[in-house]
Amino acid sequence: MQISMTINGTDITEEIEPRVLLVHFIRDQLRLTGTHWGCDTSNCGTCVVLMDGRPVKSCTVLAAMADGHSITTVEGLATGATLDPVQQGFMEEHGLQCGFCTPGMMLTARALLDHNPHPDDGEIREAISGQMCRCTGYATIVRSVQWAAAHPAGQDRMDEMEENAGEEVTA
Amino acid sequence: MCHNSVPVAAAGHLFEVEAPVQIPASFDYVRASTVDDAISLLERHGPESRVVAGGHSLLPMMKLRLARPEWLIDINELFELDFVLRDANTLRVGAMTRHATLLESPDIARLFPIIADAERVIADPTVRNRGTIGGSLCQADPAEDLSTVCKVLQAEAVVRGPGGERVLSMNDFHKGPYETAVAYNELLVEVRFPIRPHSGSAYEKVERRVGDWAVVAAGAAVSLASDGTIDDVTIGLTAVGMEGTVTEAETLLRGHRPGEELFVAAGRIAALASDPVADQRGPIDYKRHLADELTRRVLRRAAARAGEAQEG
Repeated sequence: MQISMTINGTDITEEIEPRVLLVHFIRDQLRLTGTHWGCDTSNCGTCVVLMDGRPVKSCTVLAAMADGHSITTVEGLATGATLDPVQQGFMEEHGLQCGFCTPGMMLTARALLDHNPHPDDGEIREAISGQMCRCTGYATIVRSVQWAAAHPAGQDRMDEMEENAGEEVTA
Repeated sequence: MCHNSVPVAAAGHLFEVEAPVQIPASFDYVRASTVDDAISLLERHGPESRVVAGGHSLLPMMKLRLARPEWLIDINELFELDFVLRDANTLRVGAMTRHATLLESPDIARLFPIIADAERVIADPTVRNRGTIGGSLCQADPAEDLSTVCKVLQAEAVVRGPGGERVLSMNDFHKGPYETAVAYNELLVEVRFPIRPHSGSAYEKVERRVGDWAVVAAGAAVSLASDGTIDDVTIGLTAVGMEGTVTEAETLLRGHRPGEELFVAAGRIAALASDPVADQRGPIDYKRHLADELTRRVLRRAAARAGEAQEG
């Protein structure tokens, strides 16, 4: 069958078998391997992508079910060479070690901040409770998301913001 | 279609699968555009077709080849079934309403706090973005939370087929584990919750880890008469092998003023009425203990909420 969708802002049309899962379609057919394939049972959350802006576990969505929808993968977070504040936050606060859970964590964080720009730590932990990280123990991930919340314009404007409004960077 | 691991009964079969294939067997996919369209597709393709809503129960079963439908009928575009509407005496919830929407609804939080209590502990927020109330009820997993919630709230299921609609009590809707009264050519379209004055409700679940299925869970709804006595009460238990509600405890409570002694007695009755099996989530005695303790807790909270409720 033929499916069409918007991936990271680009319209695509592809031929697939109906049984192909969204995670395999993204990784194997579109070659966007930033989305990771983990437990395959919708427990670990590393395969999370945004479907019409909401996080979904792409191992438990058929590619056919995404026909006509808008999908954002981790490759869609940065704008050109400018990282999304969430990506910058994971760098600043050491939000990863091995990096396996990172794409799902960052997309879930992006969706959270779009919905709730100033979450408290509890809200961040609740939002990422469908993801597993076996390296960092979550504390640095929560700090990374808080960094992004405190720097909604990202690194480019961070220096300027520090000069002009010191309180904005002390979340 | 809500949980984040394979159903309890399915999990036991995991090791019988010869090759750990994690891609569903071949099927034909079709997307329904309206409820009538979905019903005619079900009619046309017969009992080997399956409806997929959120897909978080069906797709894992298809990956393990525990389900091998020839046709998959996707009802995710049936926006006409995605609603929470309040009539005078009823809250009507469309079958395609996602768990996340239920959790965000102020009407539900105010009128039926038991639903919000349960939704907070169903799977995880990402799974709740996909899973639906209709999918959960139709999957009819014995450890599923909303089935208990709907029984406790004395909800009705509206099922539509080629001949029209029929309205079923939850006891008639549920035929047993993984089995409902929905025929192959029918679709659950709506769940109706009766709104009662001076009522409160609560749900509490013990799980091994966040997002897991219940070891045991309990739910209760209490309506108070004008003199403060219990006018009506229902108590339901999850994952302990009970089909109906704990009628003996309900009879004991009715007509009396809510109080700790009664709750303790009701908890004891619930523990005896439960019929749990020992499994990786715990032995029978532990599950009976939880049925007892959780029954007391939800009665306490439901009665307190009923006392605070102003609105009918």
